[in-house]
Amino acid sequence: MILEVVGLKVEFPTRRGTLTALDGISFSIAPGEVLGVVGESGAGKSITGLAIIGLLEPPGRIAAGEVRLEGRRIDNLPQEELRRLRGRRIGVVFQDPLTSLNPLYTIGRQLEETILTHLSLSKSEARLRALSLLREVGIPAPEGRYHHYPHQFSGGMRQRVVIALALAAEPQLLIADEPTTALDVSIQAQIITLLKRLAQERGTAVMLITHDMGVIAETAQRVAVMYAGRIVELGAVRDVIHAPKHPYTVGLMGSIPRIAAKRSRLVQIDGAMPRLNAIPPGCAFNPRCPRRFEPCTVKRPELMPAGTSLAACWLHAAA
Amino acid sequence: MPLLKLEGVSRDFDVSRPWLNRVLEHEPRRLLRAVDRVSFEVATGETLALVGESGCGKSTVARLIVGLYQPTEGRVEYGGRRMQMIFQDPYASLNPRWRVRDIVEEPIRALRTPARVDKLLLQVGLSADDGEKYPHEFSGGQRQRISIARALAGEPDFLVCDEPTSALDVSVQAQILNLMSDLQARLGLTYLFISHNLAVVSQIADRVGVMYFGRIVELATAAELFAHPRHPYTRMLLDAVPDLGMTGKPRTPVAGEVPNPLAPPSGCAFHPRCPHANERCRAEVPAVIDDVACHAVQEGRI
Repeated sequence: MILEVVGLKVEFPTRRGTLTALDGISFSIAPGEVLGVVGESGAGKSITGLAIIGLLEPPGRIAAGEVRLEGRRIDNLPQEELRRLRGRRIGVVFQDPLTSLNPLYTIGRQLEETILTHLSLSKSEARLRALSLLREVGIPAPEGRYHHYPHQFSGGMRQRVVIALALAAEPQLLIADEPTTALDVSIQAQIITLLKRLAQERGTAVMLITHDMGVIAETAQRVAVMYAGRIVELGAVRDVIHAPKHPYTVGLMGSIPRIAAKRSRLVQIDGAMPRLNAIPPGCAFNPRCPRRFEPCTVKRPELMPAGTSLAACWLHAAA
Repeated sequence: MPLLKLEGVSRDFDVSRPWLNRVLEHEPRRLLRAVDRVSFEVATGETLALVGESGCGKSTVARLIVGLYQPTEGRVEYGGRRMQMIFQDPYASLNPRWRVRDIVEEPIRALRTPARVDKLLLQVGLSADDGEKYPHEFSGGQRQRISIARALAGEPDFLVCDEPTSALDVSVQAQILNLMSDLQARLGLTYLFISHNLAVVSQIADRVGVMYFGRIVELATAAELFAHPRHPYTRMLLDAVPDLGMTGKPRTPVAGEVPNPLAPPSGCAFHPRCPHANERCRAEVPAVIDDVACHAVQEGRI
């Protein structure tokens, strides 16, 4: 396993008490595997990514659990060591490519700088490597675009540059947080294809965070569904999409509009996800759940086997 | 008689550099054509969706219809009583310092009918007590309900909705789309629904206009468009939608990007990305014939 997360708990101490943003998150990603992390805003998917790379905004802190990269614990490393790990062994791609690029430097210079920081190469070797990275992420005629600034690229091309930057030091793990959300649908398809190809060809483990189940269906092998800071279902993408086991996943899949020649009414989950300061006892989904029964309001379900997937739901408790 | 009719509507924006630069550097005025000879009709009680990628001009069409912009050419005819608009961002479109009651009441304040606000809030699935709260106390989906209540206050017969669910989570989006369908059935509303999301459009629209680079390249009933797309751009868009069914159908990778509006391609604006383009497509702008603007379709090549 490239990445193992075990029992991760993230807390934000505030004046009005401690908020638990993540509670008991466990998953792992194998080399060359794309794990999708899906959930609605506030479910904790981005916090999970930030906690793994040690970029939680203070006062947020990891209160319990472990993060292991290739078997080595990284959640307790000092800041300086973590900083070297990011970029070198963990690449990160965020939603908005403009926040990841320096508007004052040419993309060639930014790539070279990243390569020279992490790898012991000469300047001319770094330049060759930068050019081959740009070619790999699908930037046509990279020699001609090497000295261009970020604003001279379109949104899709910028996101390609960011992916090239994230891959510059051949990281074992790539964390992509909504990499296609800011892009048009035709460009989105190009970036999805690129991420998939990179995972396959380089054996990079990819954690793909997105709210878009369609992107997961096209890209990932397994998916973790998050709700109110917890993983409620974890399984092969095909199983989770075609036979969801947790009532939240069932509702979520039904609420996704699909292209159909005939109009139909969408399934809707009434209500909204609870705020962090008002997570109900027991299963966090129980107030909205159509299949709630006695244990749900009392005792929190852990992930348990449900068919070929895992689901945190008492419906699947062995009788 | 259609409720709304657009006839050859175009809109140019002046993107010239400042006057002094133009004089000193001998630059001409530069105009950007955001909407180019768009014509369509919307019948009472139907939902017409305009779909396309960012920069295709769909929001400009919405603004031309509600009168926020004046057309450079062509005419917009409206036969209804009142129209209202719903915006994409429910955080930016509600005044944070006003109580919900005041926000919803503002368009009808002159009518002095306080009881109606309660009814409007109930109609969109909120409670009458919510009127005393401020927008920050609501989630994104609830805020969009407030926007809809405000839009309905003046009893419009026509709503222009510019990406009304694009800022919402998918389960909340389902709530809002269902609410909009219910309101349409109950109040006999007519919608112009602007979206970049084809799946959303297929769930709400009766007819769909596909826009590319300021023009409507294809206009058809939703059933027809999604079953038998004709324009190569429509086909490409449909192909690019991620496949939730996981059928493993091979996807034709979509090449290229939307061209720069300041340097529009010759002929058909889609020809640099089109697999069926030929000499004629590079030279001649296709006219809209039988609701599709494509030489290849018109010649029967595809």
